[in-house]
Amino acid sequence: MLTVLLDGVAYGMLLFVLACGLSVTLGLMNFVNLAHGAIAMIGGYVTVVAMNRFGVPFLACLPLAFAASALVGLVLERTLYRRLYDRPHLEQVLFSIGLVFMAMSAVDFFFGASPQLITLPEWMRGRVEILGAGIGGYRLFVILVCAVIALGLQLVLARTRFGSQLRASVDDARVARGLGIRVGLVFAVTFAAGSGLAGLGAAIGADMLGMEPFFPIKYMIYFLIVVTVGGTKDLAGPFFASLLIGIGDVAGKYYVPEFGAFAIYTIMVAILIVRPQGLFGRAA
Amino acid sequence: MTRTPSAPATLLPGDRWRWPETFAWLAVAACYVAFPDRSGLIAEILILALFAVSLDLILGYAGIVSLGHAAFFGLGAYTAGLLAAHGWSEPVTGLLATGLIVAFAGFVTSFLVLRGSDLTRLMVTLGIAMMLAEAAGKAAWLTGGTDGLMGIVVDPILGVFEFDIFGRTAAAYAAIVLFVLLVAARRLIASPFGMTLRGIKSNRLRMTAIGAPVNRYLVAIYTVAAGYAGIAGALLAQTTQFVSPEVLAFARSAEALLFVIIGGAGYLYGGIVGAVAFKLMQEWLSGLTAQYWQFWLGLGLVLLVLFVRGGLGGLAFAAMRRLKAARRPAAPAAAEERRA
Repeated sequence: MLTVLLDGVAYGMLLFVLACGLSVTLGLMNFVNLAHGAIAMIGGYVTVVAMNRFGVPFLACLPLAFAASALVGLVLERTLYRRLYDRPHLEQVLFSIGLVFMAMSAVDFFFGASPQLITLPEWMRGRVEILGAGIGGYRLFVILVCAVIALGLQLVLARTRFGSQLRASVDDARVARGLGIRVGLVFAVTFAAGSGLAGLGAAIGADMLGMEPFFPIKYMIYFLIVVTVGGTKDLAGPFFASLLIGIGDVAGKYYVPEFGAFAIYTIMVAILIVRPQGLFGRAA
Repeated sequence: MTRTPSAPATLLPGDRWRWPETFAWLAVAACYVAFPDRSGLIAEILILALFAVSLDLILGYAGIVSLGHAAFFGLGAYTAGLLAAHGWSEPVTGLLATGLIVAFAGFVTSFLVLRGSDLTRLMVTLGIAMMLAEAAGKAAWLTGGTDGLMGIVVDPILGVFEFDIFGRTAAAYAAIVLFVLLVAARRLIASPFGMTLRGIKSNRLRMTAIGAPVNRYLVAIYTVAAGYAGIAGALLAQTTQFVSPEVLAFARSAEALLFVIIGGAGYLYGGIVGAVAFKLMQEWLSGLTAQYWQFWLGLGLVLLVLFVRGGLGGLAFAAMRRLKAARRPAAPAAAEERRA
């Protein structure tokens, strides 16, 4: 019981790190980027390649994954996405689905369709006893790292100058620009950081999520659920939504496997019907 | 971009038959005669075209975005398949019954898409489609699960035309159903009802203010579109005599959106053009690069959004407008200047 709960927490934390970038671009900047999973996938594959072909240790791969995804995100934002900020949602959806198709085929072409496996370091493979429940060392590592990231993000957004600039730019880009905030730069940095975090999440979770060409489509729906259910007021919403979905999904698949992912979609539709702005959202 | 329509344009009925349409339908007939060995593909394209028309009704005319329109397509396929597998094997009445049942499902779910923003609508429609897909995959006792629904028996159409293995009957059947439903859709959107819908699409607040029953109209068009999608799904089930959970997959909803966007939303024929262009391109590319055709599809989409707004239909209309402007250069140019 507690093991299922802890597994769910690990999964949920991972979802949060993967999706928090999307919750800023989609939730705050109002840009529907379905290619977020594709950007995350880059980080995951960088980890796989670095570990399996070049023998880089797992921990050293994480910053690499972050950097690779952040760079791709930055380039995409500067060259393509910024032209689409004020387009209708539907065009953004189609554009980013196009990117997803391209990324999936490209990964299939270079790495094949089968899932890529990594070998975790020795010290992560053991089990740890917490409150009488066993949890894999890897899962514990995931929980701890993701918790640190979540706390750090909240601090950056709430306490730093950059955080206030971002919130100002999102609330009213024109006024923010008038106050001398370089809105374009703020958005670009935010987008890159969000992409980097997604890549980092995919790298950390490479063993749990499975790296395969279908990654972007498979998890896109989970990301979107996190963002729409969590709402966009602050990071706490998506965080609790991630935990809810992580625990709900793991528990659902564990206790009532015949329903599969049915439970999670039902929860999402029900929440959106009752509260269209999300559980913790503000009225639009 | 308000253009003052000329007197004849406003006085003639909005759904009068135009010559390119005759040409398009002649082309369909010509394909049917010229490529008898590709009838299966022709039938599939026509069915997808009907599905695209259904999505265009809500997207192009009422402005309702949906990432889960395959819910109705799949529901139609399963309903028709189940009817046929359990003894109701007459195709035409089966098609009508399916259309009604799915339209009812559309009516019930339409209330869910009235609320919230575009993003909420995208997510709710997506969620409903995913729920149905999960249910179809898991409820093996009813749907055959992931193996698909077997044992579908379909009688000859009107007791005369039997479904053959090459899809000759299937293609003709699909073409006739598409034609009938398209004519009905043209009539619908040219009616005051259709005009009001377009008004709602461009400014919902203002339409509410002048007293249009906005929500009731949106429910109505959503119901009709669901029925259309259901009939498209039913056609697929009847002509292939097989249904698998793939009919409800996310890829179907995404594809339908692509058809409409490629062809241009809000032209009815746009979705059809999109379906034809997409399927032919898919055939060609998958012959060329086997499993990597998706890459070129993705690239096409990206370029489409970046450079060609309004799809092929939009391009065609823009070209026509430019042509007309070139014929009478003075007046419109002056009007443009005055507006600027």
